[in-house]
Amino acid sequence: MSTGFVFALTGSILFAAGVAGVVLVAHLLRRILAFNLMGSGAFLVLVGLAQRQDVADPVPQAMVLTGIVVAVAATALALALVRKLHALSGRLELPDDVDE
Amino acid sequence: MSEPLFDPLVWLILLPLAWATLAFVLGPGRGAWPAIAGLTAQCWLALDLARKVGAGGTAIAGPDTLMGTAVHVVGGWGAPLGIDLAVDGLSAAMLLLTQVVALPLAIYARSYFKPGDPAGAWFWPLTGFLIAGLNALFVSADLFNLYVTLELVGLGAVALVAAGGGAQQVAAALRYLFATLVGSGAYLLGVALIYGAYGTVSIATLLPLVTNDAPRLVWIAGGLMVAGLMLKTALFPFHFWLPPAHGGAPAPVSALLSALVVKASFYLILRLWLGPLQAVLPTFAWLPALLGAAAIFWGSWQAIRAVKLKRLIAYSTVAQLGYLFLIFPLLAVPGALQAGVMQVFAHGLAKAGMFAAAGVLIKATGQDTVAGLAGAVERLPVTMFAFGLAGMTLMGLPPSSGFLAKWLIIEAALAQGHWIIAVVVLAGGLLAAVYVLRVLRQAFLLAPASVTLRPVSRTLEWSAFALAAASVLLGLRGVELMRLSGAVT
Repeated sequence: MSTGFVFALTGSILFAAGVAGVVLVAHLLRRILAFNLMGSGAFLVLVGLAQRQDVADPVPQAMVLTGIVVAVAATALALALVRKLHALSGRLELPDDVDE
Repeated sequence: MSEPLFDPLVWLILLPLAWATLAFVLGPGRGAWPAIAGLTAQCWLALDLARKVGAGGTAIAGPDTLMGTAVHVVGGWGAPLGIDLAVDGLSAAMLLLTQVVALPLAIYARSYFKPGDPAGAWFWPLTGFLIAGLNALFVSADLFNLYVTLELVGLGAVALVAAGGGAQQVAAALRYLFATLVGSGAYLLGVALIYGAYGTVSIATLLPLVTNDAPRLVWIAGGLMVAGLMLKTALFPFHFWLPPAHGGAPAPVSALLSALVVKASFYLILRLWLGPLQAVLPTFAWLPALLGAAAIFWGSWQAIRAVKLKRLIAYSTVAQLGYLFLIFPLLAVPGALQAGVMQVFAHGLAKAGMFAAAGVLIKATGQDTVAGLAGAVERLPVTMFAFGLAGMTLMGLPPSSGFLAKWLIIEAALAQGHWIIAVVVLAGGLLAAVYVLRVLRQAFLLAPASVTLRPVSRTLEWSAFALAAASVLLGLRGVELMRLSGAVT
């Protein structure tokens, strides 16, 4: 079992845990953390799988850097929205969606 | 190949970025005129590009000739080191639709947001970044670049939904944000697996590499990518985030989101399906078609039951997106791709016009319910005519582009003996008639004497009308679009 495979397997487990968190957890801050866990899992797969004979490949590392920038931007937007929701409704959970 | 400096591919991304930044610097609520000027130039660029690509005789009929005719090598660094931009008939059509829908909506939004309206404070910069992201998505030629543009589009759209709203609207934006982040996360994991298997993310390089006996990793990657994109396209049963987000946002935002943003992820599914993953994905062609049929019935049923007008239109989007997924089992004949592109155009123009008309009605009546529309026909005939024309396209009545799209789907289905798809299309048209006529019937009722309608700007009424009329008139000039999106049979 190569190191790359271990990284990729860990990444997949982290990704799955992250998705479960985003979908199942109600508390919004925890959901944002779960999303970051999910992103880190995908990055780990990207860097880990791409190793050839245990030599790191620079292209996915550049991709992961870009991906981290995107994830930071998304986290910032999510946090700003959660603060706004908290200021407006005093809650840190999503209210039920109603049509009336 | 034109001069690199004047290449329309680059300017279609740079122009919206430029006017968005300018609008941001000018401050809250400012920047409408640079946006309208920029969008006019973009319309011209997109038309020019579509004419060139169409004249180049690119037959996208065969999936193997999918990659572009117009290519731009960014910064002079070609693939695999650099990033290539490429445009073929399909992306040229999507670029054209984006600019053509955005320009009337910009004119509409300029009168819609009054000075000092918090909902419109950052509309112009966010819209500019959103359109830059969309244009970049349609010209990207590698899977990772597509991921970045997908995120740009998602973040811009979420910010637009949240802008200036109350708790319900912010909650809708958050729900949308989580859905779109999980969707693009799944797509990114798929890209990571593909890179692990082949060591490249360039669509053109992957095309010959992925074959029928691809490793299981690639099948998982394909499944993850398509599932993530389906979530972003709000295909049933992943549609839960769409009605609150599209129904709760201000009317110009709802129009942009329903007409363009959900189409971007659909475009990407189609791109993968016909391009790099063509050996893998078509095995599961009936799954999206099944979900699409469920979307048509469920979305229409919810639209028929909806209390709020914009909620009704948002559920109609869920239903209309279903038609797009019916084409996947039919892609063996070129007519199916043309049907898909025609439906994207028909729904894009009609839904933008319908949301714009709904915005006028909400401004005039001061409420967002179907029941409150009584008397609208008498007082706002242009707007209700626009709503009716858009409804005609959604129902698929001739000579609208919606009719053409449904005709092409039915033709492709019957040619391959899949009559069940034809039945679904016809039933969907009847259900659309129920919810469109439900609104029109209410609007034709006499208004109670106590109700007074507020005056509404003519610009709002006529820009909604222009979009709705375009969706009908496109049916008469559909041949050009069909030639662009594939060889005419």
